Amino acid sequence: MSNLLETHSVSKKFGDFTALNNASITVPEGSIFGLLGPNGAGKTTLIRIINQITMPDTGHVLLDGQPLQPHHIKDIGYLPEERGLYKSMKVGEQALYLAQLKGMQKAEAKKRLLQWFERLEIGDWWNKKIQELSKGMAQKIQFVVTVLHEPKLLIFDEPFSGFDPINANIIKDEILRLKNEGATVIFSTHRMESVEELCDHIALINKSNKILEGKLTDIKRQYKTNTYEVGLNANNHNIVEQALADKFSISKAHFKTIGDELKLNIKLSKEESANNLLQYLTTQGQVSHFVELIPSANDIFIQTIKNN
Amino acid sequence: MNHLPLIIKREYFTKVRNKSFIIMTFLSPLIMIGLVLLVAYLSQINNNDVKTISILDESGLVKGFFEDSETKKYHILDNVTLENAKTISAEKEYYGLLHIEQFSDLESLSKHISFYSEESPSQSLISSLESTIAKELTNIKMKRDNIDLQKIENSKITVTVNQENFNGEKTSKVDGYTKIAIGVATGYLLFMFIIIYGNMIMRSVIEEKTSRIIEVIISSVKPVQLMLGKIIGTSLAGVTQFTIWVIVGGALMFILPLVLGIDMSQMQTPQQQMVEQAMAGQNGSIEVQDILLAIQSLPLVNLIIAFLLFFISGYLLYSSLYAAIGAAVDNETDTQQFMMPIIMPLILAVYVGGFTVIEDPHGTVSTIFSFIPFTSPVVMLMRIPFGVPIWQQIVSLLILIGTFTFTVWFAAKIYRVGILMYGKKPSYKELIKWIKY
Repeated sequence: MSNLLETHSVSKKFGDFTALNNASITVPEGSIFGLLGPNGAGKTTLIRIINQITMPDTGHVLLDGQPLQPHHIKDIGYLPEERGLYKSMKVGEQALYLAQLKGMQKAEAKKRLLQWFERLEIGDWWNKKIQELSKGMAQKIQFVVTVLHEPKLLIFDEPFSGFDPINANIIKDEILRLKNEGATVIFSTHRMESVEELCDHIALINKSNKILEGKLTDIKRQYKTNTYEVGLNANNHNIVEQALADKFSISKAHFKTIGDELKLNIKLSKEESANNLLQYLTTQGQVSHFVELIPSANDIFIQTIKNN
Repeated sequence: MNHLPLIIKREYFTKVRNKSFIIMTFLSPLIMIGLVLLVAYLSQINNNDVKTISILDESGLVKGFFEDSETKKYHILDNVTLENAKTISAEKEYYGLLHIEQFSDLESLSKHISFYSEESPSQSLISSLESTIAKELTNIKMKRDNIDLQKIENSKITVTVNQENFNGEKTSKVDGYTKIAIGVATGYLLFMFIIIYGNMIMRSVIEEKTSRIIEVIISSVKPVQLMLGKIIGTSLAGVTQFTIWVIVGGALMFILPLVLGIDMSQMQTPQQQMVEQAMAGQNGSIEVQDILLAIQSLPLVNLIIAFLLFFISGYLLYSSLYAAIGAAVDNETDTQQFMMPIIMPLILAVYVGGFTVIEDPHGTVSTIFSFIPFTSPVVMLMRIPFGVPIWQQIVSLLILIGTFTFTVWFAAKIYRVGILMYGKKPSYKELIKWIKY
């Protein structure tokens, strides 16, 4: 799998403030790439550099192996976090204008717009003004305009904000459909559940530095602590807990069940295997729950930022 | 990719289709013409009002010399006391009472003339009374001193200075006034254009910021392109509006008086009358022919080319600054602190143009201000009808073009950074910092 986008040691300063420090990311073709980080970390600056809105002080960006050029804007679709439309312009007219700015021919743009409007069931909005639409409706138009020119690279900054759950789902499905059709997606968000659900690669930026990057599964593997969540029905909880504490490092666990079994987190060292633990547990009582603790994107996010 | 035509088109059509723009375009000339006609109508009513003035001339020297006119009637009172005369005047609702006391000595008499009235009289009336009395008393005094009036009358000589420049072209006072009129008109036109459409550009930039569409747009086009597109599109809308104003205004000026039966020639302000009298001199009134001749004698080709070049450059200079202001702030109320430095040189230019240039079109002050880029478009446009050497025009234009290249670059910098800045109102220091981003 080749890389659609690479940034190499990209830095940007605004006066004395360093917005981005030597940030290098690699976005594989056909992936959904989560760009994560706290507020003010430098995500938007990086995205703006990729969009050629801001020029980097040092470093360079490769799209499809070529240094960024003005003509690349038609290969990128960008949905900024701060987004809006001309309030007093009609929906259709406005969408056509924005499509033409991305280099599309008017007739082609109109054909595709009508298809999209039909699929999203918003066809009768064509002659409405934006100010007559609700925020969610305007966001839908904005989404269509972003993807209309079928760019190779889609950049979404908080795409689901402003959508109700139903519409958020529609948009999510559309993003997945675009991915299946070959688009690469960069996805910047604070909503970790959507990262978990959509992203296969992530990069984490904190205080203008990239501190983590890779395949989400690899990162999870790297961050897991070999800890198992265990539920055990025994005759005497205290005795069993004492026995386990002697052999392993344990701590209290909290998860929901319907019984009142003993709930523990058991951390294994590298030499110990899960099978051995399970065998031992079966000698102590009835095992009702046995799960390896895989860190969620949220856990990784919080932990990395705290340690940094 | 060049999106400039696309942006210009959008800016133009959004402006032109905007309801308030359309209303303003067609309503403004109506309101303007309506006001003019109202003034004409009112002054007509005012003139129709005949004032009757009673005269109590105890000396009996001048009472025969007051002639009734369309607006003034004189009523001579005889053999009454001043108190009675006042009562009569008040009862008959005369406008006022002129009282001349009895003195054999003309010097003393001239100091004992009074005017009584209900309300304070108009200055023009008093001066007309004064001049009539003064003229007659002077004649009487001269007669008493045995001076032959006829001789004095015959020895009066009127002078008209023929004006001609070194190249042998004849000029006249009419020429002078035509030049002033054209210079002032073009200068003010530019001034108005900058103020009206500069503001429109600024608002349009602020609108893009507040609607948050700006980032979507500049991910497709360069900010400089967007800014220039905005300036050009808005200006074209402005030219359209101006053209409609001129056409509609002209048509209304022509049609309405016919319909309403108002005589426009009645509507003359005292200043206009004075100017006309001064222009007319001893030779009677000025003819339309004279004005046409005066216009023909102007450097017309030079005037038109210079007008276009200075107008466009001057307008670009200021409108780019307006765009930069729009980009630097979040809403219109924050624009005040940045507006001052733009408005000041403009007003200065109009003042210099309106006073100094008319007084002495080639004096030091006029010449200097016609080279300073922020005032040169207005001042130079006012000077050119008086004939400015081509080299001066070219140098001034080059300075102007150099400056507007700089301001467009500067504005683009501010614009590029400013359009993505939200929240706080920037200071001048921060604006300077933005240039380095």
